[in-house]
Amino acid sequence: MGFLKKKTGIYYMVNFMLGTLLFFVLLISINTKTISWSDTGIIILICINVTLAASLNLVTGILGQLVLGHAGFMLVGAYAASLFTLHSGLPLAIAFPIGLLLSGIVAAMFGVVIGLPALRLRGDYLAIITLGFGEIIRVVANNLKITNGAMGLSGMESLSSRRNPSPMFIYAYVIAIVVVILMFTFGRSRHGRAVISIREDEIASESMGINTTYYKLFAFVFAAFIAGVAGGIYAHHYGMIDPSKFDFNRSVEILIMVVLGGMGSITGSVISATVLTLLSERLRDFSEYRMILYATILILVMLFKPSGLLGRYEISIPKLAGKLYRRIANRKPHSETGGAE
Amino acid sequence: MEFITQVINGLGLGSIYALVALGYSMVYGIVQLINFAHGDIIMVGGYSVYLVMVMYGLPVWIAIPSSIIVCALAGMIIERVAYHRLLIHNAARISLLITALGVSIFLQNLFMLIFGSDPKSMPTIFPADLIKLGSLELASSTVINIVVSVLMMMGLQLLVDKSKIGKAMQATSEDAGAAKLMGINTNKVVLITFAIGSALAAVGAVLYSNTYPQIKPDMGNLLGIKAFIAAVLGGIGSIPGAMLGGYILGVAESLTKAYISTTLTDAVVFGILILMLLVKPSGLMGKNRKEKV
Repeated sequence: MGFLKKKTGIYYMVNFMLGTLLFFVLLISINTKTISWSDTGIIILICINVTLAASLNLVTGILGQLVLGHAGFMLVGAYAASLFTLHSGLPLAIAFPIGLLLSGIVAAMFGVVIGLPALRLRGDYLAIITLGFGEIIRVVANNLKITNGAMGLSGMESLSSRRNPSPMFIYAYVIAIVVVILMFTFGRSRHGRAVISIREDEIASESMGINTTYYKLFAFVFAAFIAGVAGGIYAHHYGMIDPSKFDFNRSVEILIMVVLGGMGSITGSVISATVLTLLSERLRDFSEYRMILYATILILVMLFKPSGLLGRYEISIPKLAGKLYRRIANRKPHSETGGAE
Repeated sequence: MEFITQVINGLGLGSIYALVALGYSMVYGIVQLINFAHGDIIMVGGYSVYLVMVMYGLPVWIAIPSSIIVCALAGMIIERVAYHRLLIHNAARISLLITALGVSIFLQNLFMLIFGSDPKSMPTIFPADLIKLGSLELASSTVINIVVSVLMMMGLQLLVDKSKIGKAMQATSEDAGAAKLMGINTNKVVLITFAIGSALAAVGAVLYSNTYPQIKPDMGNLLGIKAFIAAVLGGIGSIPGAMLGGYILGVAESLTKAYISTTLTDAVVFGILILMLLVKPSGLMGKNRKEKV
């Protein structure tokens, strides 16, 4: 992994500055209406998808566990935030951030309940449990009174209006950037390295004294929290939600963003989330072919480049300018034959 | 009386879960892969019965074998096209899982594209009747389900215990490397396992569409998850375990539907899985395998 050279710190700074610069450019363009109202909506959707993909990458890329119910956490968060802002009676400017926090917390609680039994075990139980969770939470939301059944909730107000189009964008962008930075630094922190060691070899890391259950649960619940927050933004961005918006296909869309970008590469997730969101907005006419296309891409990528297109490369703009990119780690299926299993 | 009827209805439903669970269990036992596409094989089986009976107007006794053949072939093709390359390269588990997921999504959306997403109603496969046992009144489909599933399990157990290919399967699941050294063609064993598992799913599909005469492209989703839960419940890798798990799940579902709430059945089933993983993750009849380094 990347040794923290002096250069690395500068690279981080430059990347961060570029992110901030992009933020201000977009902000000014939105406020001066250079970017239209509908395009602003797409940008917010991109930010939400980047947030979701980055958080799923924590579990799928860094921890190496498959989660198939990320939309379920999104659903929980979306409903939690919406119910709070609809019923709290607080002014929206105060209720919205509290609602977002709440959505994260509720989603994280669900994460603990499902993650604990699945992650105590070795193997693929998390995949099936989260798949079941994603399906069942939707059925439950379809039948509960508080969630208003299949009709869903509506009437959530967006902070943005046509006169003042930027506040939602600011929230979505800042949260996306913070999540990306968090994921990036987490992967290089003490805890992140513990999580990575579990991915590489669970038995070995356990014998090194790493509390594997704790770290697995930590990564999973962290990701659930972020997915919940993203759900909260999503609900207020669209103003209406119903359970069918958070179905299995949605989870798959997030997963394909992670897989395509590269499992373990946060910048890969950012790029693929951006590209795929734009593509699916542009290719609305071909929506019935979209899932077939996604499935084919998933299979082909797994067969020929199992770690995703970028693998674990992180793209860094100053480095790109210098050496294009640096190889952080290389992972091919052939090199893994020596594993303990 | 009502209670006993519900239990027997549950057993009938559980029989379908059990047949599908057997396929999950066998494949998992041999290649340690949760074959997400297995649920969709049921869907393929359902549609092939529909195609043969409605589109071509052929009788049942042609529809059932052809559905079994189609499913077995589909299972083998899936193994060869999607999993084989990863299996021989010993790829990471997560890659296999994602591929399996991709196959599942592919099948579902392909059938949605071909047949449309609206449910198709099935013709009668076996004539529906009420069977009276004393004061019990049972639907004939329930009895057929139970009888067929028990026969299938006994046949499978016999195959695995006595036949050459069954012993090869056991050896491969015990230690694939050693099995290879003993001259077992493990590639062939994996292929045959997929074929048998998918054929059982086809039988499950026939029973399912006889009991609930309706098919749709995403019917495999929940059915697949529940069958997998049944396999985990009974102990993955064990044939009687998968059957037991299926029956328990079916009865639990039927009792919940009758006495608690019709909408909460899925949540109850899911709760059973979580509880099981907390209490005895190896399943009711599973062996607790020690992990070796």
